[in-house]
Amino acid sequence: MVYSIEKEGPRVVNSIEKEGPRVVNSIEKEGPRVVNSTKTESPRVVNSVKTESPRVVGSMKEPRGRVVFDLERQTVRELNQFLHGDLIEVTEVAVQNPDGAHNIAVGVNAPIRVDIDGHTGYYAAGMNKEATVVVHGNAGPGVAENMMSGRVEVGGFASGGAGASAHGGLLVVRGDAGLRCGISLKGADIVVGGDVGSFSAFMAQAGRMIICGNAGDGLGDSLYEAVIYVRGDIRSLGADARIEPMTERDHVAVRELLDAAKIAHPGGEFKRVASARTLYHWNADSNQTY
Amino acid sequence: MCGIVGLLLKKPSLRPSLGELMVPMLVGMTERGPDSSGMAVFSDGVAEGWRKISLYCAARAFDWSRLQTELREYLGDVTFTLNANHCIVATRSDPAKVREWLKRQYPAVHCLSVGRSIDLYKDIGLPSQVADRYSFSRLSGTHLVGHTRMATESAVTPENAHPYTAGEDWCLVHNGSLANPGSLRRKLEKLGEQFESDCDTEAACRYLHWRLTSGDDLETALERAFDDFDGFFTFLMGTRDKLALVRDPFACKPAVVAETDEYVAIASEFRSLAHLPGIRHAAVFEPKPAEVYAWSIQ
Repeated sequence: MVYSIEKEGPRVVNSIEKEGPRVVNSIEKEGPRVVNSTKTESPRVVNSVKTESPRVVGSMKEPRGRVVFDLERQTVRELNQFLHGDLIEVTEVAVQNPDGAHNIAVGVNAPIRVDIDGHTGYYAAGMNKEATVVVHGNAGPGVAENMMSGRVEVGGFASGGAGASAHGGLLVVRGDAGLRCGISLKGADIVVGGDVGSFSAFMAQAGRMIICGNAGDGLGDSLYEAVIYVRGDIRSLGADARIEPMTERDHVAVRELLDAAKIAHPGGEFKRVASARTLYHWNADSNQTY
Repeated sequence: MCGIVGLLLKKPSLRPSLGELMVPMLVGMTERGPDSSGMAVFSDGVAEGWRKISLYCAARAFDWSRLQTELREYLGDVTFTLNANHCIVATRSDPAKVREWLKRQYPAVHCLSVGRSIDLYKDIGLPSQVADRYSFSRLSGTHLVGHTRMATESAVTPENAHPYTAGEDWCLVHNGSLANPGSLRRKLEKLGEQFESDCDTEAACRYLHWRLTSGDDLETALERAFDDFDGFFTFLMGTRDKLALVRDPFACKPAVVAETDEYVAIASEFRSLAHLPGIRHAAVFEPKPAEVYAWSIQ
């Protein structure tokens, strides 16, 4: 999958600085630091990073509530501390020059949107809760790992372990996903526009996975109650995974998830892969061969 | 954990900048490999009949001028390029003769590589320190293979650093670990392969050298390696005119490739490629497991 990270639309800079009492940088000299602020209090000191960053660039033309971080000049720690802070009035965060840095926008716990303009390294949007995180590029290993809710989108390809052990929310990968996509899935939905690598959905316990392309070896090995829908070829199924007939409910699920992911139905029939549940109980007669 | 990097320049006018483009790639992999690092640089090389031998001595105060005088007396026609505690010897003599002489006269001097095209540097220290020590940014050439090491199964020593070489104009770097280097080594030593370190990667290097000199092409040799190597690996190999990359069937170790009209760049992670010119328009992809990727110079 080839992905160009040139993207449409203006680069957005922030508008908050001039618009009110909200203080993004801590200005500890200028007043008491409000630690347990109630929502009516001001100035609201959100971030106590003592460096000059995050550098919030004011521009009246830009929408209120949008903050820009440039990782060429600011650190991932600054970004993440900001994202973990009090995000009242912040609706969107744009991240520029991610350049493959690790841990971008991990552990966000707020209904905001984060747009990452480029490729990310390990664990982007890991542990995400409520936020919509969009990677306008490729994602390194472990994107949306252990997501709890919200939505994570990858415009290009995702490396290994995408959506590993995710409990909730939706992960969309428009390109291919690498090996072990959705390993130990615990309730999230994953939609992959391209292929997935081997050992995907290994020990997946709950949730749904849509694979518009092909699947590698050992798909759904030792599956529990997660269900996988595959449009393309499956190189091999893992132990205890089997192809089952598509019911009307399955067709609805596929349509719903593709709609939610904004990926066009690739046409043709999806196959349903689910657990045969033969590993649920110890079987002495199987002689340890599965 | 280790970092691998590779760069092959398609556009000849970029060749003087090979080192300059590469140093940020190598330094970008510092967190993956802060213990030691190394680089094999391939260039147009010396004339037919000549060989270059990369020599290294850990002692910074080593008297290279004495070695040069004595080796010139011994071999006759020979040139030297000294770079910190590293020296490239060019000679028409049999490289084996030089190795034997060194073993006898200067056992502390190690022969890192032999070939018409390859120059090899490796040492302990942060990638930035090693790059500074040998002025990597001034290196030119057609393609190169680099490595940053985080030692997991053998000591942090210059000889355990990568790249590894065997034979001529061939090198290998490794991210991963093998579980059966001991049994491979015992098997290969019986077949006459000689080991110079105790790193698992050397077992892989000697194994592939053994297969390549037994008539296998690279693809066949790697097919056999998938059966015989127990462990994880992303290997990047360099030859006189080629870079080749392969990941184990489980793709346990990462790799990413960026290709433009001007270059092919390979690294463990994208963050080592982010500075390259035109990277925003490069075709970026992850090599698939158990597939051999190769790129040649034009």
